[in-house]
Parts: sequence; structure tokens; C-alpha cells
Amino acid sequence: MRKRNVIIWGSIIIALVLQIVPLPIQADVYRPDWVLVVLAYWSMALPNRVNVGVAFITGVAMDILVGTTLGIHSLGLSVSIYILAANYQRLRNYSVWQQAIIIGLLSSLYHLLTFWVQHLLTDIYFQVDYLWPVAASMVLWPWVFWLLRKTRRQFSIM
Amino acid sequence: MDTIFTRGPSLNNRLTLALVLSVLLIFVDHKLEGFKSTRVYLNSLMSPIQYLANLPGLILSESAQRLTSKEQLLAENQTMSNQLLLMSEKLQQFDVVVKENEQLRSLLQAPRRQESRKMVAELMAVDKNPYSQQVVINKGAIDGVYLSQPVIDDSGIVGQVMEVGSTNSRVLLVADVTHAIPVRSLRNDIRFIATGSGSLNELYVEHVPHSVDIQEGDLLISSGLGSIFPEGYPVARVTQVVRDESRPFARVIVTPTASLDRLRHLLLLWHEDDDDGGTSDEIDSDIEPEDNVVEELEDA
Repeated sequence: MRKRNVIIWGSIIIALVLQIVPLPIQADVYRPDWVLVVLAYWSMALPNRVNVGVAFITGVAMDILVGTTLGIHSLGLSVSIYILAANYQRLRNYSVWQQAIIIGLLSSLYHLLTFWVQHLLTDIYFQVDYLWPVAASMVLWPWVFWLLRKTRRQFSIM
Repeated sequence: MDTIFTRGPSLNNRLTLALVLSVLLIFVDHKLEGFKSTRVYLNSLMSPIQYLANLPGLILSESAQRLTSKEQLLAENQTMSNQLLLMSEKLQQFDVVVKENEQLRSLLQAPRRQESRKMVAELMAVDKNPYSQQVVINKGAIDGVYLSQPVIDDSGIVGQVMEVGSTNSRVLLVADVTHAIPVRSLRNDIRFIATGSGSLNELYVEHVPHSVDIQEGDLLISSGLGSIFPEGYPVARVTQVVRDESRPFARVIVTPTASLDRLRHLLLLWHEDDDDGGTSDEIDSDIEPEDNVVEELEDA
């Protein structure tokens, strides 16, 4: 029980750190959605442990870290993770590459949601650059999937 | 273990709850600004993660410092001491000018300018949110940082403090879309407002009539109106003026003098009236209206 919580929250905290690590400005555009990808893995592997609630809490933490209005990222993450957790049985049977495409779709939904909410609050405009993280997340997914599955089996977390 | 007793509310109910809570949070935070005081604690709660994220950069720069060769250090030392010589030469004149300025101001019975408190801060993290331009610095409420405190670097105004944590705080850059700063042209004292564009090296000067005398290369300095930024610090240089008569106003694009994309060390400024209980502020407010009238007459 304890071990499981430590592993899950540890991986989420690492994802949060990676999400805000300072990068050179050229690479910053391509930063993948670490948090979304890690949450996606856990909600697909253990949908009864990690779902909308964890996504909401992580989203609030992300709002504080990134400095956006509270609630924006929690909304985006909750909706994306809800879609995953509701369809986990089907998604588990897909190959990793098909899952990567699903992650890409989810990531773009997440980015569009956070963009729309912020567009309603302040007058920001859409740039295509904002969607680079979608491609980066798709590339990242197989590696995170592999790494986290190895960790999960190593510590036999159910 | 998934037993029927540990399940809790269904997924749909959870989503509804999360959505309602999120919208409530957004409403309370954005419209009512209800988290102003709690943000300090929330930021402090999250600051370990920020320090953790800052670690790789810190280690890199530390090891880079340790690995610099003796020649490089000597060369750096040489350029620094040259710079110091040039600066101190300028400073000699500056002292005289300051004295002269004080005398002239006392002749005019204008309030004297005072030295304000300053503190050097270091950049901790650059915000990854593409919709806003913010940075995090390593000074917070413990060091006396307060809300909407002006922040500058070696070449101009950087922004203002928008959130204070106990050991770090968040700075809104002048280039953010929600930021605007009152400025005046150094050449002819015309007042403008420079708003952020969302990209780091561009600001817009808005509502500029076609007839106003503003040229490429003009330096815009802070005007001190709005009483957030102190007067006289460089803000931006005009890069482009488009006078399209079919539009109501001229389109003026300026570049911030501070290099917002390569910030490292920043300077926090304290307001001048912190030491003497705000007396100079009152005198300022007595004089300013007349000044404005005169300027407006001249503009017309």
C-alpha cells in the first residue's frame, strides 16, 4: 500500500519537476507534457487507483508551479484523464504506437482546453508553436510506458 | 485490490466534481482574486519542487565555473577592470551632476530624489507556460519582497513582482500580454503606454496619433506615473513606426532594452518613500497635476 503510493506520487513529482526544469529557449517549445504522459500511464495501468481525483490534485499543483490561474490545468488534466480512465480496457489492448496516437489526441485536447480557458480570461492568441508539445509527447510515450511498466513490475504494484 | 467497498464514487461523478471544483477555483482566483493571501502558502508549499527543478542548471553553471581555465578568468578579469575604470570615470561626472540636480531641484522647490534600497536576486526558473511571460526569482517575503515591486536588470526594466512566496517570488515581465507600463520618450518627454505583446522582444505602444513625434531609435524611459515603477529607468527602444493613414492610430513597435531572454541576475528596487513614511509621495501628488496640464498644453 505505502510502497504503491510512494512510487506513484514519486513518479508524478518527478514529472512535475521535469515539466518546469529551465531549458534553453530553442528547446523549450518542444517540451513534452511529462505530467500528462505519466498520469496517462498510471490511469491506464491502475484505473482504480489513479483517475480523475489524482489528475485534479496534480493539476492544481501544476497551476501553482506554472503560475496560471488556479483551476486551469486541473480542468484540462481531469478531462483528459477521465477519457483515458473511462476507456482503459480498450486502450490497453492497443499496441504502443496506437496508444501514442491516442496520447497525441489527448495532449492536443489538453492544450486546446487550457488555451480556450485562458483565452476567455485574458486576450491571448493562438500560435501553432503551442502544439509542438503534442508531437513531443507522442514520441515520449513508448519510453515512459516501457520505463513505468518495468518499475511497476519490479515493485509488483497492483 | 479492487473490491466493491473501496471503489468510492463513480468515474462520472468524479469528473463532475473535478469540473465544478476547477471552474469554482478559476472563478474565485480570477474574478474575485480570493487566493491572494493563500498563494504565499501555496507557493511555499511547492517551492521544494522548484528548487529541485533549478538544481540541474545550478550544477551545470557551478561546474562550468570550476572548469574555467586560468586564461579565461584572467581575460574576464581584464575586461571587468576595464569596465570598472570606464564606469568610475562616468561616476565622477555623475556625482557632480547629481549635486547640481539637487541644487536645481531645491531652487525649484521640487522634492529631492532619494537613493532607494536595492537587492540582487537570481533567476530560478523560466516559466514554461507559453501564454504568459514570467520568471521566478530566489528572493521572497523573508527578504522583504512585496507585491508589484519593480524589478530591473543591468540594462532596463524587466517587470514587476506578481506573486510572493516565502523564499521565492514570481515576476511578470514587461513583455506579457497583460502588462502595461507608463513611459515617456527621452527625446521629447511625450508620454505613452507600452503594453506587452506576448513575445519576449516586442512591446507595442498603443493609441499613438499619427501626428505625434516618435521616431525609430527613440529611447523610452519609465515615467513614474502609476507609482509602481520608479522614474527614469530605460524601458524600450523604438524599432518600427508604421503610419498607415487608414488606421486610427500609428502602429509603434518597440524592443525592451533589458534582455528578457537571457536574464540571470536581477535587481529588486524598493520604493523611495519606504524610509520616510511617504512624505515625498504627498509632495509628488501635489505637484504632478500642474505638470500634466503644462505637458498637455504643449502637446496640443
